[in-house]
Amino acid sequence: MKYVDEFRDPRAVAELVEAIRRINAPRARLMEVCGTHTMSIARYGLRELIEKQADLIAGPGCPVCVTAQGDIDWFLEAARLPGVIATTFGDMMRVPGSFSSLERARAQGAGVRVVYSPADAVELARRHPDRQVVFFGVGFETTAPAVAMSVLEARGEGVTNYSVFSAHKLIPPALKALVAAPDLAVDGFICPGHVSVIIGSRPYEFVAREHGVPCVIAGFEPVDVLQSVRMLLAQVAAGRSEVEIEYGRAVTPEGNPRARAIVGEVFEVVDARWRGLGDVPDSGLAFNAAHADMDARRRFDVEPPPAVEPAGCRCGEVLRGVIQPEECGLFGRRCTPREPVGACMVSSEGACAARYRYRRTESAK
Amino acid sequence: MSEDLHAPSGDIYAPFGDIILLSHGAGGQLMAELIDRLFVAGFDNPVLRRREDSGVIEIAGSRLALTTDSFVVTPVVFPGGDIGKLAACGTVNDLAAAGAQPAAMAASFILEEGLEQALLRRVVESLRAAADEAGVAVVTGDTKVVPKGAADTLFITTAGVGLVPPNVEISASAARPGDAVLINGGIGEHGAAIMCAREGIDLQLDIGSDCAPLNRLVGALVEAGCDLHCMRDPTRGGVSAALNEIAEQSGVCIELDEESLPVAPAVQTACELLGLDPLQVANEGKMLVILPQQRAERALAAMRGAPYGAASTVIGRVLDGPAGRVQLRTAIGPTRIIDRPVGEPMPRIC
Repeated sequence: MKYVDEFRDPRAVAELVEAIRRINAPRARLMEVCGTHTMSIARYGLRELIEKQADLIAGPGCPVCVTAQGDIDWFLEAARLPGVIATTFGDMMRVPGSFSSLERARAQGAGVRVVYSPADAVELARRHPDRQVVFFGVGFETTAPAVAMSVLEARGEGVTNYSVFSAHKLIPPALKALVAAPDLAVDGFICPGHVSVIIGSRPYEFVAREHGVPCVIAGFEPVDVLQSVRMLLAQVAAGRSEVEIEYGRAVTPEGNPRARAIVGEVFEVVDARWRGLGDVPDSGLAFNAAHADMDARRRFDVEPPPAVEPAGCRCGEVLRGVIQPEECGLFGRRCTPREPVGACMVSSEGACAARYRYRRTESAK
Repeated sequence: MSEDLHAPSGDIYAPFGDIILLSHGAGGQLMAELIDRLFVAGFDNPVLRRREDSGVIEIAGSRLALTTDSFVVTPVVFPGGDIGKLAACGTVNDLAAAGAQPAAMAASFILEEGLEQALLRRVVESLRAAADEAGVAVVTGDTKVVPKGAADTLFITTAGVGLVPPNVEISASAARPGDAVLINGGIGEHGAAIMCAREGIDLQLDIGSDCAPLNRLVGALVEAGCDLHCMRDPTRGGVSAALNEIAEQSGVCIELDEESLPVAPAVQTACELLGLDPLQVANEGKMLVILPQQRAERALAAMRGAPYGAASTVIGRVLDGPAGRVQLRTAIGPTRIIDRPVGEPMPRIC
């Protein structure tokens, strides 16, 4: 893992911190829109290293966290249907829906299985032709291609007992909603590396051009994150607003058109509901007409009761970057990774979980 | 409705109510609470209250360490071992963590109807081989067969007894500020091997379980007269869970240095890909050793000369406080908390 060590090199970090301190710009509010960034920032204490120069704020970048309560409730109901094997990525298991969690539903006998990729779910469907295998399609532009592939693969092999509940989300429309929101003042976006491998840098241009907010696409190691902060602060100091790529070893302006084509073959862009952001136009992926028969929403007659948001939970504001996790009254008291009230405390990439796990102070312990 | 569901409660084991989840068995926070609130409270006695891997009792002037363990691993055979080897090593290591040399073992088998006899024979042979290596005999056992589906292939429950030498006083509550924290090699290898061996994940990584009996390593430490304070074999929940228990029970802070943590590149890669922290991943052939700083060099020499000890190293130190905290000094400067896992390790999205 040489490439990782290089980007965690203490000397390189110290030099970058020094360079950031020398930039002549007012303290900036910078939002990262990727859970992996959130986790890396918390793990390495990067906020603390540069707190005089920048306030790093977590945005809606954790796929588990932004999944709407109603979508979790739907999937839980489907998982309880007889003959169904409900498959999901692991970090969805403990997220509380309105009335239960997948982990608890499994303990009560629901056919819930953790898989590492949607291809594993197709394999399960192949091995259990008498069962209905449904995959919880959660994630951003990064995960959507693999899910679309799984649909094409299942169709190609005649695996008809496989379906997907698509709750996929798209990042640029969320940024659009964020920059338009009246309660958020952001001086720059640390844009997600993995997502940008797929979509490239162009979809962020409108943020820089129309809204005057600089963007830097960043990798996930400490050196990446600090380098992107340095680039953002340099833009702020110079009064520029452009889209720049720090994560050049993986991201190109064009992205990966092949992956996007696969997504486009199966899904179409629709309005979607986000935890925290509410209904965001053109921000989700749903099955297109050609593949509608693989759409779990059509295949199962599931009607969960109206979603209930837990009282006092401020995940929505945390996800919009309006408050820091500690400002929520439940943080570290009623809401901990052990007994999460809100989604942001569950996933390892959630802003609250990352803050609690790595950086909580004595008072919150 | 949500008011009730999310209401704070002093005595619940999981959100949404009182049923057992897989996470209650994962060696993390939920399991610790279940053990404390149900088992320690229910069977309450001074030996159990010490919450050690072995209970140490006095019989006829000797101190006897007694331990029991159940093994339910999937898959039954994995790179670096199988459930039989695991059963022998796990039992021996729980005794070793009390400073005891194993005297005898018991092994009970719960077999699922339809189990291949050849597989069972393999498991018995590797249990025997590992027990032989540790110099311990399986002197009694039990066999049950349950209908298909009532058990997953086979489960093994063991017990072990051993003698604690007179000069040894090891306890999870004995860590003191100024102590050093040692480990005998790479972290997270067993858990990473199991995760890679499970169906569906092929990371093309060559990771074998570290499963090994550590009684000779501990014997060398005891003989060297190292003034051992605590030992723990960091199994489920990994180094993080074991050190959190020690920090809590001893009322001290334990600090590790990221740069001195031994993690094999393949384990690091697997953990990066799955979004897991090697510190929370299980080991089956590792011993955490806590003793006074001035004895660290002598202990390292003894460990490095013993089987499975060649890669022994100092990974951290015990500080005054904050009590109950385990922290990591990262390579790039800032310090972060090493939290104990809540439940099962859950691979993340993307």
